[in-house]
Amino acid sequence: MTVIGVIGAGVMGVGVAQNLAQTGHEVVLVDKDERILAEALATIGRNARMSRLMGGPSLDPDEILSRITTAVGAAGAAKASLVIENVTENWDVKREVYETLDAECGPDTVFVVNTSAIPITKMAAVTGRPDKVIGVHFMNPVPAKPVVELIPGFHTSPETVQRTRDLLTAMGKKAVDVKDSCGFISNRVLMLTVNEAAYLVHEGVADAESVDEVFRGCFGHPMGPLETADLIGVDTILYSVEVLYEHYADSKYRPCPLLKQMTDAGLHGRKSGRGFYTYTSQS
Amino acid sequence: MSSKTQILDFIRGRYPQAEIDESQDIFALGFVNSLFAMELVMFVEKTFGVTIPNEELRIDNFRTADAMSALVSRLSSDLAVA
Ligand SMILES: NC(=O)c1ccc[n+]([C@@H]2O[C@H](COP(=O)([O-])OP(=O)(O)OC[C@H]3O[C@@H](n4cnc5c(N)ncnc54)[C@H](O)[C@@H]3O)[C@@H](O)[C@H]2O)c1
Repeated sequence: MTVIGVIGAGVMGVGVAQNLAQTGHEVVLVDKDERILAEALATIGRNARMSRLMGGPSLDPDEILSRITTAVGAAGAAKASLVIENVTENWDVKREVYETLDAECGPDTVFVVNTSAIPITKMAAVTGRPDKVIGVHFMNPVPAKPVVELIPGFHTSPETVQRTRDLLTAMGKKAVDVKDSCGFISNRVLMLTVNEAAYLVHEGVADAESVDEVFRGCFGHPMGPLETADLIGVDTILYSVEVLYEHYADSKYRPCPLLKQMTDAGLHGRKSGRGFYTYTSQS
Repeated sequence: MSSKTQILDFIRGRYPQAEIDESQDIFALGFVNSLFAMELVMFVEKTFGVTIPNEELRIDNFRTADAMSALVSRLSSDLAVA
């Protein structure tokens, strides 16, 4: 049986690993240290247990966890046939991970980039296998979201696209094809919306509850932009807006200072217990 | 403080703009999403020192403060017997 590597055991890596395991795949989950990996396994067990309550299938946490092994450092994914990378949205962090993966993995291993905004062609250029690098923008929480954006880079081969499509189908995902472009469809629009919503709070025009209530009550969105920011991670929002700002060199993407301050203060949203809202400890 | 009051306080703390009583279906109010269901489970388990068995992890047990406190008493009496 082939093994799928999942690099980064944060918000997205945890969701991707669970989704793979619950659809019968063997997974090696990788992060920087043992503590993060132990927490990630606990989170996966908890999320699997809650699956039915959240509107998903009924899952056996032990069975899910039995398909997931862990490793410290990207080299731990050396034997994987395909790797889904979900490390921090930061160019230098991702570049280093791809250099390691490229050196350690077999020549046929496909690298799937899960990023909010980084262009896939730019990421692929770090490796010696740009034909085997492809973007998949998963949505959060991964097991609950049936649609992803599929983004081939400039050099991505049709075989790589097909292998990725097959895996996504096996994971229960429908793919929307998008050409490689910073922020793809989703985050060109969403990140600006969240950033502007943060400006409203920053300027004192309205509080977070009121901003979100307008989106839910007036537009019928299931969640407002600031609740969404807390779900995504306030730090990840900031990094994504910064990636858009740098890439397009367009001032319309200027990051809201409140996002910077919240990131510095550790108010990262649900994952840290506090963002625009306060959450009870999940552990 | 009764378990019902503690549960109501928790919900009101998270959704201060809503007027919630013990028999109200919080999921029917429109602003409580399924992620809050998970927070409720964590809160109930931590506050009342119970572990909710998998077969009880149903949305119906978490719709109202009444239902949640009934679940807590059910689980605590199981504990007392065991
Ligand atoms: N959060 C979302 O809703 C969301 C949605 C779609 C895509 N994304 C993208 O997914 C990626 C991950 O985001 P996240 O929200 O999970 O971030 P996160 O901060 O929750 O997790 C990132 C993880 O990567 C790990 N990491 C950092 N450097 C590493 C290294 N060298 N080797 C191994 N692990 C390393 C960190 O320890 C952390 O656990 C980002 O590129 C983000 O833009 C996020």
